[in-house]
Amino acid sequence: MSLPAIDTEKKVRPFPKAKVLAMPAPAPQFAATVVPMLRGIAERILPPAITLLILVALWEFLCSGEGASLPPPSQVVTDTWELITDPFYDRGGLDKGLFWHLLASLQRVMVGYTIAAVVGVAVGTLIGQSTWAMRGLDPLFQVLRTVPPLAWLPLALAAFQSGEPSAIFVIFITAVWPVVINTAVGIRNIPPDYVNVARVLRLNPFEYAVKIMIPAAAPYIFTGLKIGIGLSWLAIVAAEMLIGGVGIGFFIWDAWNSSLISDIIVALIYVGIVGFILDRLVALIAHFVTRGTTTS
Amino acid sequence: MGQSYLSIEQVGKTFSRGGATTEVLTGIDLKVERGEYISIIGHSGCGKSTLLNIIAGLTPATTGVVLLDQREVSDPGPDRAVVFQNHSLLPWLTVYENVRLAVDKVFRKSKSAAARHDWTMHNLELVQMVHAKDKRPAEISGGMKQRVGIARALAMEPKVLLLDEPFGALDALTRAHLQDSVMQIHATLGNTVMMITHDVDEAVLLSDRIVMMTNGPSARIGEILDVPLARPRKRLELVSDPAYLRCRSAVLKFLYERHRFVEAA
Repeated sequence: MSLPAIDTEKKVRPFPKAKVLAMPAPAPQFAATVVPMLRGIAERILPPAITLLILVALWEFLCSGEGASLPPPSQVVTDTWELITDPFYDRGGLDKGLFWHLLASLQRVMVGYTIAAVVGVAVGTLIGQSTWAMRGLDPLFQVLRTVPPLAWLPLALAAFQSGEPSAIFVIFITAVWPVVINTAVGIRNIPPDYVNVARVLRLNPFEYAVKIMIPAAAPYIFTGLKIGIGLSWLAIVAAEMLIGGVGIGFFIWDAWNSSLISDIIVALIYVGIVGFILDRLVALIAHFVTRGTTTS
Repeated sequence: MGQSYLSIEQVGKTFSRGGATTEVLTGIDLKVERGEYISIIGHSGCGKSTLLNIIAGLTPATTGVVLLDQREVSDPGPDRAVVFQNHSLLPWLTVYENVRLAVDKVFRKSKSAAARHDWTMHNLELVQMVHAKDKRPAEISGGMKQRVGIARALAMEPKVLLLDEPFGALDALTRAHLQDSVMQIHATLGNTVMMITHDVDEAVLLSDRIVMMTNGPSARIGEILDVPLARPRKRLELVSDPAYLRCRSAVLKFLYERHRFVEAA
């Protein structure tokens, strides 16, 4: 209010003393901290939950009619109740719970991906450091990286004469390119100032690698590793469909051959969730390892 | 010949790319005594930075030699510590770790770990950056980064401190503050300093001698001006000091009358 000062002075009368109401102290604190927190959680959880609900309802609606080729969600749940509730059962042979299939796939991915990470960073460093290595190898890599992962499988089977190493090789060859290329770019993009600092300090090659090169290139290397893990998980499902044995890819193919469409749907959901977790995991490691390196 | 602390003798630099060659510097002769503060001033592109890089050993000279303490400079080393224009702190290390990296490398054999820690802290104190020792470069201001850059260079105990436009990227107030710090450190430690700048006031305020470069290509030393001002120098008192004004106008005349930068017009 913009009343003139003189006016208010005249009108001011002593107010009755304000009554102080005793309030239980913890109550407002509780409300002040917990309510916004709950609201924050709800704001994040609700939109995806609602989206999911709508999509499931739509699916239920579309597939519950006569002659629908895919089962509605309600039927998927009743069909696969055992798969969902007991992922750990093992009746021998290939009749195992989803956990065992996923574990087998993850093991293959871990072996192939680890080799890809080590080889990728090493080769990427070589290409990044040496102009001649880049000139020699880069064109070759640019061609090879466009070869679809599964196209390597027959060749790998011919070479290894066995499914297991072939699947691992496919993972390796899928994940290695983004690691190589990103590492090389990261090493090439080390600011010349850091190199000058290293030269003034007379760091030896080992110190340079540990103190300057790896930390400076780390954000790039992790970008490559993150792309690599995603691609590995994509490739393993396809590779396992072809090589057989325990594994989520084979499980899906086997379910298709037995016309267990509901099993396929449950397996796909699991594959998606595991892929998501793998991605987050690498991102989390990257976050801790590269903290402070992305900004200058 | 060879009697001076730092001696730059007939240094020239030619860059060649493909068939084209560019002569950047030619016939640079300069003798610097121990404890002197020298500024190199000139227009952009006159090869000031190239000259500093040659002294640092980061760029090899095409002709001539640089002698420091009677030894020829052939590669970079901590005896010629450089403070780079854009601080060049390693962003993944804290302020302390950035300085400690240099201390560890230079004094690994001669100092114990505890002594190296003390020396690191001592140098951070010198630039008044102890309070931010555990911060990363991204968390401190531009002026603070440059302070840490100076601490890192000082911590190497260089024979000559090379400053490559150290305050160029800072605002005027921060710059003045840092100039005072550098003056104070120079007064305390008596370092030999070589600074590149294109700020006339900065050159006159800080230097014992100002080396004025002609425009490139084939830049030479045009003139060397002695700054006959007693130390310690006070910024505010100098504003009206006739000697200060004379130096200032001499440099300005050199830069803007005799060696105008034509392309800038």
